[in-house]
Amino acid sequence: MNQYVVIAFAILLGMVIAGGLAVTVERVAYKPLRNAPRLVPLISAIGMSFFLQDAVRLILGLTTGEFNVILPKFGTFDAFQTFNVAGLDAPVQLQNKTILLIAVTIVMLVGLNYLVNGTKIGKAIRAVAQDRPTASLMGINVNLIISITFLIGGALGGAAGVLFALKVTRLDPFVGFFPGLKAFTAAVLGGIGNLTGALLGGIVLGLLESFGASYLGIFTQGAFGAEYKDIFAFAILIAILIFRPSGLLGQTVGQKA
Amino acid sequence: MKKFFSDFYAAINKEPWSYVVTFGLMIIGSVMVYNVPRSLSAFLVLMLSPMAMYFLKMNNKVKLFAGLVLAIVILPVLGIRNIFYLEVIFQICVFAALALGLNIVIGMAGLLDLGYVAFYAVGAYTWAFFGSKQISLLHSVPGAAPANAPFFLENPNWFWLFIFLGVGLAAFAGILLGLPVLRLRGDYLAIVTLGFGEVIRVLALNLDKPLNITNGPQGITPIQRPTLSPVLLDPLRRILEPVVGHEITTAQFYNVFFYFLALVVIIIAVIVARRLEDSRIGRAWTAIREDETAAIAMGIPLVKMKLAAFASGAAFAGAMGVIYAANRTFVSPETFSFLQSIGVLSMVILGGLGSIPGVIIGAAVVVFLNIQVLQTFSLYLSSLRQSDAVIPIINFAWKNLSTQLDPAKYQKLIFGVILVVMMIFRPSGLIPAERRKRELAGETEDSD
Repeated sequence: MNQYVVIAFAILLGMVIAGGLAVTVERVAYKPLRNAPRLVPLISAIGMSFFLQDAVRLILGLTTGEFNVILPKFGTFDAFQTFNVAGLDAPVQLQNKTILLIAVTIVMLVGLNYLVNGTKIGKAIRAVAQDRPTASLMGINVNLIISITFLIGGALGGAAGVLFALKVTRLDPFVGFFPGLKAFTAAVLGGIGNLTGALLGGIVLGLLESFGASYLGIFTQGAFGAEYKDIFAFAILIAILIFRPSGLLGQTVGQKA
Repeated sequence: MKKFFSDFYAAINKEPWSYVVTFGLMIIGSVMVYNVPRSLSAFLVLMLSPMAMYFLKMNNKVKLFAGLVLAIVILPVLGIRNIFYLEVIFQICVFAALALGLNIVIGMAGLLDLGYVAFYAVGAYTWAFFGSKQISLLHSVPGAAPANAPFFLENPNWFWLFIFLGVGLAAFAGILLGLPVLRLRGDYLAIVTLGFGEVIRVLALNLDKPLNITNGPQGITPIQRPTLSPVLLDPLRRILEPVVGHEITTAQFYNVFFYFLALVVIIIAVIVARRLEDSRIGRAWTAIREDETAAIAMGIPLVKMKLAAFASGAAFAGAMGVIYAANRTFVSPETFSFLQSIGVLSMVILGGLGSIPGVIIGAAVVVFLNIQVLQTFSLYLSSLRQSDAVIPIINFAWKNLSTQLDPAKYQKLIFGVILVVMMIFRPSGLIPAERRKRELAGETEDSD
């Protein structure tokens, strides 16, 4: 079968499973807490993330006994494509899977942007985010909309997970921890509630992190190196929160958090 | 079920019976632990007695006396008889102190701190750095240290000063964390504090070059302990050895010593937290927790109060860190992982946000689960694995069970379940704080 069909199918499956899981988690851990003080669902969410990580480990432990999964090479995704860019001496080389990743990201961005800003469901989602009681007075089924939001979020996470596995190829049950944190950082960097901002935040964060990590070694003559890569993200996050709490593209929306 | 318990409680909560139950549990528990040192249930019976002490109606002086006898005489003696229990109790004390500190930040001031263990690390590394040979190894590569390097401090009794230094440094780190997050709330605050915890851990992991400060992932060892004078130990040996029935080594005395030290920190922490609760500062924290905007409008100095919360919460962790480093004579970055922060958080949540007796019991339960119940279960599973037993219906031989399946390593699962279940069914914890109980049972808050 064509490898692209396989990957498309894998992404679709990942989206369905992760979306379903997200909706289940919402039902179990968040829905009963809808009206509780703010701290309560947050703590429940942290607990859920810990539970899910170790549950995966438990399942792996019961079935294969091996937590670190190394994916075999698949198709021609590891091969390089060479592009000649005018004005550059050396050609640009990109792995097939990187190109696929970028393409899927753009599709996801456009699709989500349309969903949130162009459809009736999107309007309902924005209304619920702004003011839950008023939204329900306007005839919006708040519970349903929240479930849909979790479904969308989970599905996108699932798609990203498939691509992540394709790119990184080394997996363990805790592999999602840092990407999750960085996703949040990227969202804050771009401005919470702004989809283009989230993409921009992701790109800026990624560039700062990888360039920062490699130049740190050069500037300090090898004293500090790429091992501080993960700290970079947090340093950026803290800097953003101090100097521009609304993010790069966000508008100030009063005291939200 | 509920009625049965409340009836039972009412029945034993009367004058003669409360004394009978408390002292009965204490005596039976002690005898059981003394005779069957390895039994889990015996230990559980003994641990029920302080609970009985707390919940039953008794003369306050009798309560205090019984508590002191238990803490100062019975536990150390039984602990020397079986050193494993002393370890359990010491860990309970360490985590209870951490939970009490975190309780100030989360429970009283309502600031969700997911990187709390960073302050513990600050304290531990403070003493680890100065109380070991690390300073003379600053320019050496980890692992290739010269063997005969001298200790930096000739007299290990500097330890006493470093407890206070650890407190100060941890409080300073608390303020350092507090400054950038002053304006943040909720999710944002949680993520930034989590990041802070990770930053401290990554620093501990990587600061072995250019100067070898933390010795990297291998950790620092050996770390000095304060001296215990033979003048004190010899008479104690003479009294205790016939009681516990075996020779007492100096290492065992050190275990008792650190237990007492941790106990003192807890007592101070409880007193401080109690006094803070109803003080001007404590009420300001409550106001900030309930409604920040309104608190500012009422003239509460927000910056000062938030920093005070971070600093005083961190201070206890700093003190415990110093004690922990000396007790283990070894620190490594692994001890200060995110998992530990969540562990302390789940103790606070389980016991009850803002409730002082609650978080102590929360710490006891979680530690007990972690290092006793899960361990026992692990041992049981591995014994099953070696036997020829088969699960009947699905015809699965225990022998084929993966050796990777070790319940003692599934702490995250336990913490996760505790957090979710408590939040859904009993968000105010096992022993709710008075004010929290009212707040969480009260009318629903509209979304913001």
